[in-house]
Amino acid sequence: MRQIAIYGKGGIGKSTTTQNTVAGLAFMGKKVMIVGCDPKADSTRLILHAKAQNTVMDLVRELGTVEDLELEDVMKVGYRDIKCVESGGPEPGVGCAGRGVITAINFLEENGAYTPDLDFVFYDVLGDVVCGGFAMPIREGKAEEIYIVTSGEMMAMYAANNIAKGILKYATSGKVRLAGLICNARKTDKEFELITALAKKLGTQMIHFVPRDNQVQRAEMRRMTVIEYSPEHPQAQEYRTLAQKINDNKMLVIPTPLEMEELEDLLMEYGIMEPEDESIVGVSEAAAV
Amino acid sequence: MSELKKKVEGITKESTQAMIDHAMEIYPDKAKKKRAPHLAPNEGEGACVKSNRKTIPGIMSARGCAYAGAKGVVWGPIRDMVHVSHGPVGCGWYSWGTRRNLMTGINGVNQFAMQFTSDFQEKDIVYGGDKKLKTLLAEAHDLFPLAKGISVLSECPVGLIGDDINSVAKVASVELDIPVIPCNCEGFRGVSQSLGHHISNDTIRDHIIGTREFAEPASPYDIALIGDYNIGGDVWSVKPLLEEIGLNVKAVWTGDGELEKIAATHTVKLNLIHCYRSMNYMCRVMEEKYGIPWLEFNFFGPTKIRESLRKIADHFDDVIKEKVEAAIAKYDPIMQAVIDEYRPRLEGKTVMLYVGGLRPRHTVNAYADLGMTVVGSGYEFAHGDDYERTSPEMPEATVIYDDASEHELEEFVNELRPDLVGSGIKEKYLFQKMGIPFRQMHSWDYSGPYHAYNGFPVFARDVDMAINSPTWKLVKAPF
Repeated sequence: MRQIAIYGKGGIGKSTTTQNTVAGLAFMGKKVMIVGCDPKADSTRLILHAKAQNTVMDLVRELGTVEDLELEDVMKVGYRDIKCVESGGPEPGVGCAGRGVITAINFLEENGAYTPDLDFVFYDVLGDVVCGGFAMPIREGKAEEIYIVTSGEMMAMYAANNIAKGILKYATSGKVRLAGLICNARKTDKEFELITALAKKLGTQMIHFVPRDNQVQRAEMRRMTVIEYSPEHPQAQEYRTLAQKINDNKMLVIPTPLEMEELEDLLMEYGIMEPEDESIVGVSEAAAV
Repeated sequence: MSELKKKVEGITKESTQAMIDHAMEIYPDKAKKKRAPHLAPNEGEGACVKSNRKTIPGIMSARGCAYAGAKGVVWGPIRDMVHVSHGPVGCGWYSWGTRRNLMTGINGVNQFAMQFTSDFQEKDIVYGGDKKLKTLLAEAHDLFPLAKGISVLSECPVGLIGDDINSVAKVASVELDIPVIPCNCEGFRGVSQSLGHHISNDTIRDHIIGTREFAEPASPYDIALIGDYNIGGDVWSVKPLLEEIGLNVKAVWTGDGELEKIAATHTVKLNLIHCYRSMNYMCRVMEEKYGIPWLEFNFFGPTKIRESLRKIADHFDDVIKEKVEAAIAKYDPIMQAVIDEYRPRLEGKTVMLYVGGLRPRHTVNAYADLGMTVVGSGYEFAHGDDYERTSPEMPEATVIYDDASEHELEEFVNELRPDLVGSGIKEKYLFQKMGIPFRQMHSWDYSGPYHAYNGFPVFARDVDMAINSPTWKLVKAPF
């Protein structure tokens, strides 16, 4: 069983990419489980055709304690027998979503959700790794392979680099490794080259460049992956290619995150960022005139 | 002051420093560097040690946490309120009834020395405990409609997950029509229980003081007794004495305390403060805001009681002054009889103290009244101003220790071999196993009161009982 965690900036398309890729693996005949680690609980809807799945934490809240919970209450089976679990958690502003992830994953472990017949477990994790709870999937004995979803946008690349720093911390004490960047294209300038270069700097690879295509949205409106909605569409083929690449991937590295200046140099090199003009820093528009 | 300066034979600045250096020998350099300023020979004036700093990890400290300071010390003794430990069950459970702050009243009717907790589960951490707290407050009010108010005391997880107890308390106060007081005293805040006292004082300032008036008309003799927590019934010894000298004790903070009286304390003429460390904050607030002067006093042992009574009398007219002298004249012979009985058996005995924030200095003279000398003293959580007040009380060059570790205390006691150690439950068995008589000086060891004239005979008896127990002659180590 290979356990894989998907990280990346919020809104970058982690859940969409994860579900389409998992669908691709299932299409190849692989047995896969998805564990959604985000209180929004939208990591499995395209697989289950559901609006929202009953989450582990929702049921814990209903029943009072996690001990009263049964695995079948929270595990649903969707497209091509993909098993789906959502950790769930509080609405923004209250409680501790991180603890929710910890509770949910502990529950899955204790109740035998990780069956030997599984080929892959995917953790789809909240964009900002704000606390220890969201690092749970990459702690000892869990996901050892991490893919970062990014795009050619500056903030997405910053986030990718930050996540690499987090992986480095865990990699030195355990087996967690960076397995590659997935570029979920936003059609920014020189996106392919830029992410290839960033991946190289991080010591990893851009495992796949997923082009932007509205077919993904058309499928999403039907709560489906592209692979299920239109298996013949070229976008479905892209996800199947990504799935195949992940299946075959042997390149697992301890990342070499960039210093802020290196990252900015990279952006300047590809013309994304202008060289800094120190004379304009801190000068208001009125004062500049 | 110089003529008061006591000396102990065999104790010099050099001998004490050598003892300290020896105790620190086993520490790694970093720990030694950090601990060194907290241990020093008494210099007679000023704070001779550094204090109120973070405990070094790995050192066995006796300190408590901010929640302990809030729940155990300040809030717990207020008898007509329900005190809710908000968070997992352990903090409330293990702090329940352990401090011996005695109460009058009928449990569940006008006194609520019970354990109320929101008993956090996983789901409360993940989804927040605010809804549960709201329900709890309503239920507590339903079950105990005579409770005058509810305090909500935060445990650690509440601060970690950011539960907004303040807004829940605000809404509940209106809905239940009783004061619901949120106290953000999460245990991880600060370096010791001391911050819990401060936070609680601030909470009293923000939510309680000035919200009630006394029913009776004001008199020039209205005072409040501050910083007496009625350990072993101390308040019940102090209050009658203050009344005997003509003062009206309008409120007690907080031993056997009542919310509405505490809330009306802003109208008294003088605040008398015993435990300076835990309540000086509110004395200062009442001084600044309401112009109420405050006076530190010491009711341990006849010498200090006499001194304190006269200091108190100075704030009042001749009526009080006469009554004070009459009281002194009345009690002095009784106290002398106590001294005559116990002093022959205790003369020349030595004692070492390690307590919280007041007694390491306040009890020094009570031992002296019995012919005993304190040869080492220190606090768990005192600040610089406490050590300033300690130096003049202690004999020259005796060891002063701040946030002492078990190892340091063991070394000092081994070196000085006092006849008695007065400290807490955490230290008790260490020293008893060393064959040294011990008294718990946080809880009065299931005894008390020790304050005022009724307390001194009990204190003298207990000290004699500990030191002169024949048991110690039977526990000679076979090696």
